[in-house]
Amino acid sequence: MGNILEVVGVEKKYPGVIANRDVSLLVREGSIHAIIGENGAGKSTLMKVLYGLIRPDAGSIKVFGKEVSLKSPQDAIALGIGMVHQHFKLADNATVLENVILGSEPSRFGFVIKYDEARKKLLEIAETYHLDIDPDESLLNLGVGERQRVEIAKVLFRGAKILILDEPTAVLVPQEVTELFENLRDLVDKGLTVLFISHKLDEVLSIADEITIMRQGTTVATKKPADTNKKELAELMVGGELPKPIAGVQNISQKSILSIKDASYSRHDGREILHHLNLELHGGEILGLAGVEGNGQSELIELIMGLLPATSGSVEVLGLDASTTHTKEIRNAGVAYIPQDRQRDGLLMSAPLWENRILGHQFATPMAKGMWVNKTAAAEDSKRVVEEFDVRTPGVNVLASALSGGNQQKFIVGRELSGDPKLIVAAQPTRGVDVGAQAIIWDHLMKARSAGTGVLLISADLEELFSLSDRIAVIYSGTIVSILNPLKTTPEDLGLAMTGAKSA
Amino acid sequence: MATDAQKEIKAPSKVKSLFKSPARITLLIAGIFFILALVENLTGATDITSPGTSGATLRFAIPLLMAGLGGLWAERAGVINIGLEGMMIVGTWTAAWFGYLHGPLMGFVAAAIFGLASGFFHAILTVKIGIDQAVSGLAINLIAAGGARYLSGVFFPPVGGDRTVSPPVDSFPTFTIPVIAPILESIDAQNIFFISNLAGILHGLTKEVSLVTIALLLLVPLTSWILWRSKFGLRMRFSGENPMAAESLGINVYRIRYIAISVSGMLASLGGAYLALVASSVYREGQTAGRGFIGLATVIFGNWKPGGVFAGSILFGFTDALRVRQSESVMSLIMVAGIVALALSIFYSINRRWKPGLISGSLALLAWWIHQRVDVIPQEFVTVFPNFATLIVLTFLAQRLTPPAMAGMPYRRGSE
Amino acid sequence: MKKDRIFWGTVAPLAAVVSSLLLVSVILILRGANPIDIFQVMISYGFDPRNLVSELNQTVSYYLAGVAAAIGFKMLLFNIGIDGQYRMGAFFGAVVGAAVSLPPVLHVLLIVITAMLAGGLWAAIAGYLKVRRGVSEVISNIMLNFIAAAIIAFLLGEDLLGILPEGSQNVQTKPIPLSGQMPTFKMFNGEIYSFLFVAIFVGIAYWIMLNKTVFGFNLRATGLSFRAARSSGVNAPGMIFITTVLSGAIAGLVGLGTLLSDTHSYSMAFPSGFAFTGLSLALLGRNHPIGIFFAAFLWSFLERAAPVLEYEGVPPEIVIVMQGTIVLSIVIAYEVVARINLSQQQRAVGKANVELVKESK
Repeated sequence: MGNILEVVGVEKKYPGVIANRDVSLLVREGSIHAIIGENGAGKSTLMKVLYGLIRPDAGSIKVFGKEVSLKSPQDAIALGIGMVHQHFKLADNATVLENVILGSEPSRFGFVIKYDEARKKLLEIAETYHLDIDPDESLLNLGVGERQRVEIAKVLFRGAKILILDEPTAVLVPQEVTELFENLRDLVDKGLTVLFISHKLDEVLSIADEITIMRQGTTVATKKPADTNKKELAELMVGGELPKPIAGVQNISQKSILSIKDASYSRHDGREILHHLNLELHGGEILGLAGVEGNGQSELIELIMGLLPATSGSVEVLGLDASTTHTKEIRNAGVAYIPQDRQRDGLLMSAPLWENRILGHQFATPMAKGMWVNKTAAAEDSKRVVEEFDVRTPGVNVLASALSGGNQQKFIVGRELSGDPKLIVAAQPTRGVDVGAQAIIWDHLMKARSAGTGVLLISADLEELFSLSDRIAVIYSGTIVSILNPLKTTPEDLGLAMTGAKSA
Repeated sequence: MATDAQKEIKAPSKVKSLFKSPARITLLIAGIFFILALVENLTGATDITSPGTSGATLRFAIPLLMAGLGGLWAERAGVINIGLEGMMIVGTWTAAWFGYLHGPLMGFVAAAIFGLASGFFHAILTVKIGIDQAVSGLAINLIAAGGARYLSGVFFPPVGGDRTVSPPVDSFPTFTIPVIAPILESIDAQNIFFISNLAGILHGLTKEVSLVTIALLLLVPLTSWILWRSKFGLRMRFSGENPMAAESLGINVYRIRYIAISVSGMLASLGGAYLALVASSVYREGQTAGRGFIGLATVIFGNWKPGGVFAGSILFGFTDALRVRQSESVMSLIMVAGIVALALSIFYSINRRWKPGLISGSLALLAWWIHQRVDVIPQEFVTVFPNFATLIVLTFLAQRLTPPAMAGMPYRRGSE
Repeated sequence: MKKDRIFWGTVAPLAAVVSSLLLVSVILILRGANPIDIFQVMISYGFDPRNLVSELNQTVSYYLAGVAAAIGFKMLLFNIGIDGQYRMGAFFGAVVGAAVSLPPVLHVLLIVITAMLAGGLWAAIAGYLKVRRGVSEVISNIMLNFIAAAIIAFLLGEDLLGILPEGSQNVQTKPIPLSGQMPTFKMFNGEIYSFLFVAIFVGIAYWIMLNKTVFGFNLRATGLSFRAARSSGVNAPGMIFITTVLSGAIAGLVGLGTLLSDTHSYSMAFPSGFAFTGLSLALLGRNHPIGIFFAAFLWSFLERAAPVLEYEGVPPEIVIVMQGTIVLSIVIAYEVVARINLSQQQRAVGKANVELVKESK
């Protein structure tokens, strides 16, 4: 069997960021080919290129030996490439059949849908590939695993020969994962090819025929499962050497700033996101939280900030029970929050900078005096923040939306670090920020630590985690799997922990 | 308007199982007629199933039906059309004027064309320019109302000095269905329980019917067919349920919304035309009297299905018709509602669903109390029944309604 | 920067009025009338002192409706329920006012508070449905408007709270005694409702609340970004509910100018249409108390000056077309202006800095 997909030298640059560099991939027809890598490795960019969502700056892609240029998802579909998205694109208030055929309906006179024909075709597909779906079932009654099968049916219905699955097991429970893997084997047995993106080593080793590792935007190596092991893969994912921590003054106090004991959180649809999570943070230390996105970090943060209540267990923040205390009080007790999604959760985009300075601090001095907003103080302090954190803006009356992402981030960090907080929850604090400003922010975080503040640093940037943290907790699948000492951790330890593999 | 807010607050909805099969629906309808006949014979309120009432019901229901279908088309595609009232006004005016000039048929045609145009205008504002749906609907209501008043002053010859009324228009020819109608009439006269009542109702529906009424009624099954059997209908439904999903499959959601909203305007306009040409034979200022908004209510009441919209408009038309007839009938209807509530209460209790059982039980009790203590239901309350019913449905049954998931939420291409 | 803001703030409404004038001029020309003449006649008639008086009095109600709508808009709420809330306020204010006897200032205060309570509670129904059941406030408010009218019409029935005074066709509530009446003041040779001052006070209070208090900040924040407000500690669903009630309370005041200084009782002759008007005025005035005032005055002016058009052979209803097109032009103008404004600001920021984004790994 030849190579169904040949990717050579693909490059994609964004202003200031190289997302993909010299990416090469050979996928054999009829195989399950896994692509693994951690955050920012370039996996999703590559997938978007393969699916026609973005155009590469350089490189070539050959499908079935023929060179192709993909300008849109429609081109990809025409070539037989189908994408099963991580976030399903389905309508609840419709049947499986309707969701599958939308946009490719077999029709009479171009107007009337031939439902019988469509149903027959879908049932054939279901039988051939052992997909357990009922065409006339309403989507409302389907669970996550079943919905994923509908997404798979969608691409098969359009004649896909190569299926790209983007982190397919992120939303599945173990039982559903087993079913998915059986389905994938069936697909491959019938001659289809599967491209499987993941960060979970155990799963990848069990299902893939070949594994390509990506790191820092490029493809690093391709291995067969039989020829490798978890340690080697983890090392390849993370890199040969880990950054060294910056020497800082250690001043860990006895006081517990954050105490999470056996906390679990389930969404209202029943899915448990956090399981029996334990975490302790004391004043005067920086606790890093490592882990691939989607393993419960966002929910953990919201639990700490009092935005979501824990379903069981306890979350204590500065002595307050976060599950029953209003976010307002938690903030007022001295908790600063640098949110992950700066534009949605951290800023009022259509408001001027000085008003954004007030955001999050409007319930106490100095931003407010009782029930009155203190505009002078806000404007003054905004100017200070702009200067101290090198925010490039002509003034503090400019709308937040006019600033670039990096500058918005600097402003938010500057805002949250003011007022001597006791706990700083910093999620991706230097994402999109230039080197100089990153150094400033890191400096401020370490100064805060020296002053006795506790910092929870959630970051996908390993350099950041290792440079700043006193300890690094690794979160995987909604629980803390290990706590590492940055001075003594090897890349394998980190990689294994982040990908859920127990130490080999 | 508040999108993230709505996503946070909205409760999950479930499928209402009571109306699942056609057999069950037929049984339900037969049951309702049975109760009506019972009540009429026991209380002597002869008006409930008389031909006059059913005929009036239909006349009142059709404009509501058209407004409801207009609302349905727009909402299924994802747009809540606040401008239905204005588009109905467009229909009343153009139908009366062009009907006066060229006969009632041209009146309808004109109303359809201008309605389509007003819908298209609304689509440009909200889909292309991206103005908030409610605001653009508001603007259209204002312009339509003002425009109608202005153009009346410009074009209408004064009818007795009054420029708010159009000159009278010829009416549509009506016909009585041969053979069947006289038979029904004679059965009705014989006063056999239930059979005569049924015949009475059917007689009212078969005498002096105009073709227009039938044509408009056919739009209900047509809408149903389009929504569930045609390519356009499937894509339209997805435009309202998950436009991003549709977009990811190569569907031009903007184009679909343009068409749907234009049709919505046309339907509302036809409802207005009916008001001016069939239910009466003039345009009168204020004729629509909020029916465009009741149209929105019937969409909710009908759970966004054409059949439901039809049922809702018949129900509201019925209460409207009774208002102008005997008031004992209203009382008897309260009793009917009470009996139905009691039946529901028993049904729920048997199935151990205590909360709905309790609610319908108390409603039955309330109906009984009203029937005993109150002589006459004030007219105002009867008029406002549709609004009240909708509010009750929204309050208590919000969980069981299945609106198009993204209806009313702003959508821009490529926003995922 | 401030000069900039004033410029951008007025460009859209001005553009709207101008384009509406142009459109109407076209219509007039098509009828063979001279737009300049027509406008001149309208202006001289409208600014005639006798008419100014009734225009100012009308402005009182319109202004309050506009402020009520604006409060809703700041929270992205479309308070189309102003009609029902205003009626509830005026009606219950009249009924309670007629039923008690208190020293003058207290009496008026009681009426005002009753009106606000009635309007606020009525709005609370829609607010509750929105926050607890996710029901669109537009639909529920439309229903509530009709229901309010029906309830009040019913209560006005002669046996209940209504009376039919001698020589009058309109059923009305019992008249409010002297202690519950507000005086008028003389200006332009006419009587102007002193409630005008209350209205202006409400406008000022609205502005101060919105821009100077923490509550107002939270309100605006929730409207600008539900999630950011929530993350900052605001109880966002609670804010939505409170704002709905507040908007309803202000709407309850809409009829009080007329009630307290003129009719002294509520009857079915009280006008309707305040919801549409209020929403239009808030849009036209960009939710700014001064803008809304000018818009309210413009509206009253147009309506008062309309009849004079009849003498010029132009149907007075053209004024309604003017109002409609103003609203339309306004909303289109906003979109356009907002985009221009944003891109201008972005250019300014770009000029002021050279971006050095680090090359990430």
